[in-house]
Amino acid sequence: MIETLPDTTVSGISKRLVLLRAEGGATTLSRVLTLLIFSTAEGLEEAISAANFASREHPMRIIAIALPEGEDRPTWVGEVSRDARQRELGIGDVPASGLDAEIRVGRDAGAGEVIVLRPRGAVAVDPERLVSGLLLADAPVVVWWSDVWPSRTIDTPLGRLAQRRISDSGGFRDPAAHLTELASGYRAGDTDLAWSRVTLWRAQLAAALDNAPERRITGATVCGTPDSSSTMLLGAWLRLQLGVPVRLLDLPESAGIEWGIQSVTIHSDDADTVIERSRGTFAAITQPGHPRLEVPIPRRGRAQCLVEDLRLLQADQLFGRVLTAGVPLLLADQPEGER
Amino acid sequence: MIGNPLRSPDDLRLDRVAGPCAIVLFGVTGDLARKKLLPAIYDLANRGLLPPGFALVGFGRREWSDAEFTQVVREAVDAHARTPFDPDTWEQFCTGIRFVTGAFDETAAYERLAEVLAELERDRGTGGNTAFYLSIPPKTFQTVSTRLRDAGLAEAPENSWRRVVIEKPFGHDLESSQELGRAIDAVFPPEHVFRIDHYLGKETVQNLLALRFANVFYEPIWNAEHVDHVQITMAEDIGVAGRAGYYDGIGAARDVIQNHLLQLLALTAMDRPASLGADDLRAAKEQVLESVVLPDDLVETTARGQYLGGWQGGASVTGFLEEEGMAPHSTTETFAAITLGIDTPRWRGVPFYLRTGKRLAKRVTEIAIVFKKAADPLVAPEMLGNNALVIRVQPDEGVTTRFSSKVPGPGLQIRDVTMDFGYSHAFTEASPEAYERLILDVLLGEPPLFPGQREVELSWRILDPIEEAWSASGAPEPYHPGGWGPTSAERMLGRSGRAWRMP
Repeated sequence: MIETLPDTTVSGISKRLVLLRAEGGATTLSRVLTLLIFSTAEGLEEAISAANFASREHPMRIIAIALPEGEDRPTWVGEVSRDARQRELGIGDVPASGLDAEIRVGRDAGAGEVIVLRPRGAVAVDPERLVSGLLLADAPVVVWWSDVWPSRTIDTPLGRLAQRRISDSGGFRDPAAHLTELASGYRAGDTDLAWSRVTLWRAQLAAALDNAPERRITGATVCGTPDSSSTMLLGAWLRLQLGVPVRLLDLPESAGIEWGIQSVTIHSDDADTVIERSRGTFAAITQPGHPRLEVPIPRRGRAQCLVEDLRLLQADQLFGRVLTAGVPLLLADQPEGER
Repeated sequence: MIGNPLRSPDDLRLDRVAGPCAIVLFGVTGDLARKKLLPAIYDLANRGLLPPGFALVGFGRREWSDAEFTQVVREAVDAHARTPFDPDTWEQFCTGIRFVTGAFDETAAYERLAEVLAELERDRGTGGNTAFYLSIPPKTFQTVSTRLRDAGLAEAPENSWRRVVIEKPFGHDLESSQELGRAIDAVFPPEHVFRIDHYLGKETVQNLLALRFANVFYEPIWNAEHVDHVQITMAEDIGVAGRAGYYDGIGAARDVIQNHLLQLLALTAMDRPASLGADDLRAAKEQVLESVVLPDDLVETTARGQYLGGWQGGASVTGFLEEEGMAPHSTTETFAAITLGIDTPRWRGVPFYLRTGKRLAKRVTEIAIVFKKAADPLVAPEMLGNNALVIRVQPDEGVTTRFSSKVPGPGLQIRDVTMDFGYSHAFTEASPEAYERLILDVLLGEPPLFPGQREVELSWRILDPIEEAWSASGAPEPYHPGGWGPTSAERMLGRSGRAWRMP
């Protein structure tokens, strides 16, 4: 059920929520967290549907905030003066400041409840004041920036309030710059969906090394499309954990791989361990002394990545190390002029 | 072994995946294999928890080819798997399926099995690691394990493992369980023997440890000072149809109380184990089982019954004695309830009531901790019920708390209300099946959730005197299907002014 609340306020929304709960029985109890989504007006529905999918494993209240049209970067989360923010938001062009909202429950909200907020004009300036009254009592808060880049999120009250801040560097043109920016402001509780995208690869690589604990590793090569921050994070993880030089190879865009990782090779004295995309979702694993095997490594959608990320609400310390220590080491390994 | 640099303790995302291995399944045509084991193995593969070269070998009398057995597995997966079917997972999974035809005592069949395992080691990279899952009647355990040993299959080559998994019943009394233990021990070292009690794989049962020891609410009142008594119930609404031959002479107490209910009792009553490791956990459970005392009068404090035919929930059902294949004068009980005490400072004086039965009102398993009433409640004491904490093991896994609350309006009327925690509300839509967890633990070599031989023997030591008293007192009391058992069950609690909860 979708209920639209045009030109409303946070207390108007809260009252409706209480009424809907009373009418629908206990269907809206047992929420384990509040997920705040910041997205563009165009990207909002896709983000909500991914969150609805995740709500089947993590029943939650989803608050989705559509940034005003034409705003592809929420610059207001950074430190800019109020005047500058209002100029950027083009408040002069918007007829009136205000808030339009929707409440979705039941079939339209997975196993959770969704509150969509479309702030207009000055209301959009301070998202914290907008959502504070809608957060669940005594439950963790997770913020997810979907299709928008959270520059300097840490300094904002919302960033501090949240137990977990999820960005998504995937799909942005320059992964090195984005990851470096994340690293410079990293705080425990930050994660990036590009990191969840490589979990299945990491699992296979770790399993491959389980079989040969005494092998001496001399280096590694990660080959993927140049715009993939997942490729870079995987390389940074190998660099950090193995302590050997890791080479990133850009796969030409003509190679037929749409996006992401093509192959990973771990070099050792005697022979290489290789995991390489073979066909469709399958990858072939070859390692010395073992038969060649194919395993499915499906490409993960945003919904699956989000499910995994929400499963761990404590800080992902390994991600922090990979981002702040692994990425710089990896970039330093690459020949001059390539990065 | 040197650590794997790609596994770090702060890596919270990588699941523990089983290393290269094969499972050999004995008893592939049984109900358990079709409905639980094969689907659970596939679900593990689907969740990415099995190694890439995993192999599944069926062993049985049928003249099946690998392809025919693959079809059998596929049908079991289609009908009973928990996770959605994934063609890619299946494609990779089914390349590792084999079948070996043979009788349990046929030496040549074990030689063929050895060849198949060698082939899998070569072509799938199973590394020689093999788990033998004996989903077969206990009387054949000895035959199979001896043949495995004779074929050289029980002994693990260097850097690999051989494990054996056995299902209940682990004997029918203390003596037979010791005999069985000796037979298995003669072939497999004790640390490689995994006794499955699938209740221990259930999330709620594991949550019992978290509930008790990760919270501050419960442990301070988890003792005789505050607890009046404890009820542990496992009720089934079905009869023994199809299992009459197995069930006759075994009965509800041996089938359920000896293993599941005494394990639940041990987890409920034990002191805090030093760690969650297998040794510490077993030691804590053994300590409880060792301290269990029986009442002096084993007839008045117990109840046993046998279900009659009749109408149950709108369907006509067959009475126990009329079930197909049942001895017409069988004195086997289908309902059993017992009273136990635990002679420790924590529990002295608190009765533990255990009951189980078939053809009862519904299918439910729960542990209910019933507390003493408030000593000085400010309101009329007759309005007060006992506070209770109920751990629902199945179905609708969760925890219920019952306490008193004021009825709205003038005056001070008190009524019991409940507060409910549903596992499926707060966590994943579907928890893994108990068998998924247990099979994975076998492949990982993690024994904490499996009872040891000593626990099995201690449990028989508790049950044997009761069985003895029962066998001297004639036929069980008949009860109507669809209720909560014979009237003697009510009497055994009524004697002390208590009553069974309605689960």
